[in-house]
Amino acid sequence: MRSNKPLAELHEGECARVTELLVQNGMRRRLLDIGLTPGTRVECELKSPSGDPAAYRIRGALIALRRRDAALVLTETE
Amino acid sequence: MERGNGFARARADEPPRPHARAQKRETVVALAGNPNVGKSTVFNALTGMHQHTGNWPGKTVVSARGSCEVQGKRYLLVDTPGSYSLMAHSAEEQAARDFICFGGADAVVVVCDASCLERNLDLALQTMEITDRVVVCVNLMDEARQRGTSVDLARLEARLGVPVVPACARAGQGLRELMHAVACVTREKPCQGCSKTREPQPKAARGAREGALDGRCSGCCCALCSPVRYAEPIEQALKLLIPAVSAVRPEKAPGARWLALRLLEGDRALCEGIDRMLGFSLARQPEVACALTQAKQSLSRAHLTGAALCDAIADTLVRTAGELCAGVIQKTPTKRERRDRRLDRILTSRRAGIPLMLLLLIGVFWLTITGANLPSQLLADGLFRFGEQLAKWLALAGAPEWLRGLAVDGAYRVLAWVVSVMLPPMAIFFPLFTLLEDLGYLPRVAFNLDRCFQKCRACGKQALTMAMGFGCNAAGVVGCRIIDSPRERLIAILTNSFVPCNGRFPTLTAILTMFFVGNSGGLGASLLCALLLTGLVLLGVGMTFLASRLLSGTVLRGVPSSFTLELPPYRRPQLGKVLVRSVLDRTLFVLGRAAAVAAPAGVLLWCMANLAVGGRTLLAVCASALDPVARFFGLDGVILLAFVLGFPANEIVVPIIIMAYLSQGSLVEMNDLSLLRALLVQNGWTWVTAVCTMLFSLMHWPCSTTCLTIHKETQSWKWTAAAVLLPTAAGLTACALVANLARAFAGG
Repeated sequence: MRSNKPLAELHEGECARVTELLVQNGMRRRLLDIGLTPGTRVECELKSPSGDPAAYRIRGALIALRRRDAALVLTETE
Repeated sequence: MERGNGFARARADEPPRPHARAQKRETVVALAGNPNVGKSTVFNALTGMHQHTGNWPGKTVVSARGSCEVQGKRYLLVDTPGSYSLMAHSAEEQAARDFICFGGADAVVVVCDASCLERNLDLALQTMEITDRVVVCVNLMDEARQRGTSVDLARLEARLGVPVVPACARAGQGLRELMHAVACVTREKPCQGCSKTREPQPKAARGAREGALDGRCSGCCCALCSPVRYAEPIEQALKLLIPAVSAVRPEKAPGARWLALRLLEGDRALCEGIDRMLGFSLARQPEVACALTQAKQSLSRAHLTGAALCDAIADTLVRTAGELCAGVIQKTPTKRERRDRRLDRILTSRRAGIPLMLLLLIGVFWLTITGANLPSQLLADGLFRFGEQLAKWLALAGAPEWLRGLAVDGAYRVLAWVVSVMLPPMAIFFPLFTLLEDLGYLPRVAFNLDRCFQKCRACGKQALTMAMGFGCNAAGVVGCRIIDSPRERLIAILTNSFVPCNGRFPTLTAILTMFFVGNSGGLGASLLCALLLTGLVLLGVGMTFLASRLLSGTVLRGVPSSFTLELPPYRRPQLGKVLVRSVLDRTLFVLGRAAAVAAPAGVLLWCMANLAVGGRTLLAVCASALDPVARFFGLDGVILLAFVLGFPANEIVVPIIIMAYLSQGSLVEMNDLSLLRALLVQNGWTWVTAVCTMLFSLMHWPCSTTCLTIHKETQSWKWTAAAVLLPTAAGLTACALVANLARAFAGG
């Protein structure tokens, strides 16, 4: 079942496609640089012991993002 | 390919200056690439210079230069800090961007990770908009193969239009071909239909991209290099702007297309940088200003202004990188990837993540302590015996008594003590640490601990700088450059001294063994020692959190910054290389420090212990002056004096204490800890004194090297003073608490 949720809410092992970036300025640029553009497929690969941050597989690389930043990336699960 | 075959040795490290070129006939080549792709490995392999390369992003914190010679041509290689993009976010990325754009390099080698090619190409494409003299080096091919990734390089080269060279820098493969490609792109050869000279592009490339280009030059009046084609409104705007920019663009500047895009984007800082480099304001040139207005108008008609424009540009780059890679990369999941993923799951799991970290820490300490025992003993025996011999020779040579005392009892004995106590632990700890780094485990530590740092409004990368501080606090302070936000960087710098460096380990382990573990030796004792040491270290870590929280709540107020941390794949460390290099480096460092600090300190001490002032030695006078103050904190005058005199280097604190107590001004053989314990107890030490000394050793002013480094990094005396006061205040408070509580409960 497809559903829309922020990147932060993906469970370990769940895949999704980025739909929108709600974050602005510096962080937005940074997210675009690492490949989180609309349409990109991401997978939540790891969660740290406390759940925050979590590591996502983005375009071949494993990148950790904090919950507050990942919450601003909207995705659609497959 | 053998190293050193025609590759000359490199010069020392220094920051690159724009347009600076050491010799006229050298070709300047910039090395660019994402963090952690092996740029520094390529650099080292080509220049032969030793530059530490560890397996976590952001290891190269300065730009380094080196030279090499291939087939009679001299090249100056400049290794830039890793950047994800030329739209700089941190001081390091800015340094990389500035050099690539404005540094006047003759060619740029973009090093890419074969396993992560799509994302790496983003930077390559951006670079290709600036200059057409680009070589793409696809590194880490061996790893990609192991992970089941294969890359069709010929096809990629045809699509990109620049040379694409595969490499495995670790094994030294592909470097010769790389330099050949660099020679090709920088060769002067007339180009058809253009007055500028350039090496003609591969034929296939031109054919493949004819359709995408309208045949117009947009680079430096040479054939178009960039395969990136933006959305139609942007291309239209560029068509308006590029001719005007080309007209005023000087020869060595970045391509007109790139300049035009930056003008349209309107990034203030970057435009100022461009103007500075050109020597005039680009946007204010009459034709450019006019064309720019027109271009912006046409863009706003298409609703592409401000953030929307930046997004569109970034999006196009990413999409182009994806299109270029489609059909070029074949990926099949392998056992290794699954294994890595499982390992990661365990190392960061809720239940096992942190306990495993602690176990690893205990393990490292235990190995360091046990492994260092025998070598320390042997070194001490040998060196002290040689010292006696030295004394005999001096006596034979007829040297006066005081010279013998100064040289042997003072300088040599302290030097010998420091070397025998410091060298073995360092020679074990640093290789272990480097192995963990190379393996790629340390970013996982930062990943696990980030939540705690978030709560302190600091950055998770501080975990990495703390880990570096275990080796040497000065190194930890330099390592703080990996933290982007200046506020968080400052917090990391100021709190780095809370973790004990290698120089303090011997002090702590000696006191622990004497007063808490006992001299029985054996596995139980060494494990207990390691456990207690870990406990102390954890106390230091806890204080780091506390201090960070305090700082971010008072003088360094602010919100947590955005944080992205790349977790690189696990790599097998090059065991042999790491061990040899690490041990050698550390040995030289310790010996150098001993000669530079310990020997003079020994001289000073001997003088203080043998010069009499009013019937008492200078040492006794100073110690008794400090005594009342020190007693309040559970220490005594000698201990406090030792810490003060130990400002140049922490490792001389214990020798000073010993020499002061012996008050003969000479260090008799004191490697037997039970003898040492007897001496201390004789001079009034109790377990409270031991605890307070350890607490103060853990938390006191940074050593002189660290202070200088802090000043260099912060460029501010104010913050250096803060870095001195903070741990001292913490240490004094802790000691006062313990001492007075003990006094209250136990009556003394």
